[in-house]
Amino acid sequence: MSLNAEIRGQLFNYLLRHADDRLVLGHRLSEWCGHGPMLEEDLALANIALDLIGQASLFYKLAAETEANGRSEDDLAFLRDSAEFRNLQLVEQPNGDFAYTIARQFFFDVYDVLFLEQLSLSTEAEISAIGAKALKEAQYHLRHTQQWMLRLGDGTEESHRRLQDAVDDLWRFTQEMFVPDEVDHTLTAEAIAPDLETLRSSWQESVEQTLREATLELPEDSQYMTSGSRGGYHTEHLGYLLAEMQVMQRTHPGAAW
Amino acid sequence: MKMEKNTTAENEEKMPLWEVFSQAKSGKPHTHVGSLHAPDGTMALQNARDAYARRGSASLWVVPAEAIIASTPEDSPMFFDPAEDKVYRHPQFYKIPRSVRL
Amino acid sequence: MESQPHNRDISGNTALDEAQRVKRFEERIQAGERIEPKDWMPDVYRRQLTRMISQHAHSEVVGMYPEGNWITRAPTLRRKLGLLAKVQDECGHGLYLYCAAETLGVDRSDLTDELLSGKAKYASIFNYPTLSWADIGVIGWLVDGAAIINQTPLAKCSYGPYARAMVHICKEESFHLKQGYEIVTKLAQGNSAQKEMVQESVNRWWWPVLMMFGPSDSDSSNSEDLMRWKVKLFSNDSLRQRFVNGSVGQAKAVNLTLPDPDLRFNEESGNWDYGTINWDEFWQVVKGHGPCNRERMRMSRKKHNDGRWVREAARAYSARHPEK
Repeated sequence: MSLNAEIRGQLFNYLLRHADDRLVLGHRLSEWCGHGPMLEEDLALANIALDLIGQASLFYKLAAETEANGRSEDDLAFLRDSAEFRNLQLVEQPNGDFAYTIARQFFFDVYDVLFLEQLSLSTEAEISAIGAKALKEAQYHLRHTQQWMLRLGDGTEESHRRLQDAVDDLWRFTQEMFVPDEVDHTLTAEAIAPDLETLRSSWQESVEQTLREATLELPEDSQYMTSGSRGGYHTEHLGYLLAEMQVMQRTHPGAAW
Repeated sequence: MKMEKNTTAENEEKMPLWEVFSQAKSGKPHTHVGSLHAPDGTMALQNARDAYARRGSASLWVVPAEAIIASTPEDSPMFFDPAEDKVYRHPQFYKIPRSVRL
Repeated sequence: MESQPHNRDISGNTALDEAQRVKRFEERIQAGERIEPKDWMPDVYRRQLTRMISQHAHSEVVGMYPEGNWITRAPTLRRKLGLLAKVQDECGHGLYLYCAAETLGVDRSDLTDELLSGKAKYASIFNYPTLSWADIGVIGWLVDGAAIINQTPLAKCSYGPYARAMVHICKEESFHLKQGYEIVTKLAQGNSAQKEMVQESVNRWWWPVLMMFGPSDSDSSNSEDLMRWKVKLFSNDSLRQRFVNGSVGQAKAVNLTLPDPDLRFNEESGNWDYGTINWDEFWQVVKGHGPCNRERMRMSRKKHNDGRWVREAARAYSARHPEK
């Protein structure tokens, strides 16, 4: 990659965001292992978690190479504090019940398919390769979560209520996925990164269609929407998540595993 | 250990059983690889991939277990033995001159 | 690999009496034939196998708890992926085995019922806690290693669906064993805290793992029939000995000691003689008085109860949206 220092810096930041998204979300899903509503679903959630953590590893590896400062992918994943993490607030939300997990995953999957479709067109070959590979996985994830949105929304009164609660609760996290900042602008101008704003209306349309089909109410537009995660501003949940995830590396600095 | 109310699987309807067939590679036949439980065909197919094709598959079929009608071992002599001695179905029965290629 | 689906049968009756049927059945097994779901089999065979296979299935699923306990604390990305994939495999094994048991005429929900009510047993090794990351390596190495020794012969057992499930399972187990041993090696070659961690782990797990092979041959009921029906192919003690013989060298290779002062190579037999197992502990844990029995059952019941509304929703949806 022959980029100038400034672009390289932005790219490093950018890659971290997408790595962090996938690591944190994959980590949350892995918490379900052994606790799913049926064995078959345990397998499915573990599969999505593995795909996401695998994608995170690819992004971290590329980020480490881009930074070229001696940090490894594990250093980036396990030795940064919450304020240095760049994941969306959506993905750090706790699992809650199965409806909550499905709603969170569905909102992310719809975005992810749109995002990766564009990312696979990046002018940076290594990035477009990650995008293309991850896209196939994301399409599979979306199929799974979309089916569950329908089954829970249009299932029983109880499942409908739980899913509506989840949708209402998580809605406030869904706007910042489409709000570009300076880093996005720079990289979009270089045709390295997708233009996030162009993804929003497709996302809205897909989500609305599924919610309607699932007999769910669309949350109000005027609702408060969160922001700041790409700059390291998170919810109270991330601290606990990282404390658990990073404990071994923090307790034994420099050890090999 | 004391049995608490509602901690067992009683009073819950059974989840349908599906048989799974996988085609390992394009061109090969689908073979039976096992079964799983799912509420419907869409989820059964989705689950089949995670349960039976984690390490690869070209194609998957799922069939409700009750849809399969099978021969039984008692039928085997009647169904299958007669096939074994019909030599005229086998290529070796027929002689052609060595020099000819078919 | 061919397999037999569950199916509706359209058989007529044959006029053989019970004793003749048993004789024919045992002849088939002696001749190395496989018994398939629709074949005639003695009730005892059916019951024993249902018990054996479902117990095995329960073990895989309950076994997800001790190992799953460390997924969120796995120390590197590679270890995180490896452990999650392993536990996912165990879940898959449970699924294959429940499905194999179902070919004998039970529904998975009946088997779940037996597990949750405390009626069914599962491998008591999973009633021990995973207290350090090193336990994850040691489990992969010793527990999966012992399981492989127990399971490989089952790939040749007389009941078709069980044998085929075991072939499938054994293929996946080899990665589990390698992964475990790699973790152990890394720790044994690590800093002093890591070396201490892995040795301490071995000291805790070694004897419970030896108990995985079951009571000594002199105390084993059930075995005679199972051996004649080629469901159990080797005695508990012979498998346990095979395991000890293999493990000694593996431990030595990474400078770990096994916590048995009586471990000694026997020139005559070519085996490693080992000390006395604490059979009191074994029977206590089997009866429900191990460190984690209550907890494993509580988690299993909670999982089942928490999932009820999800399963109901899925069925309600399917009922209202029949597929064309």
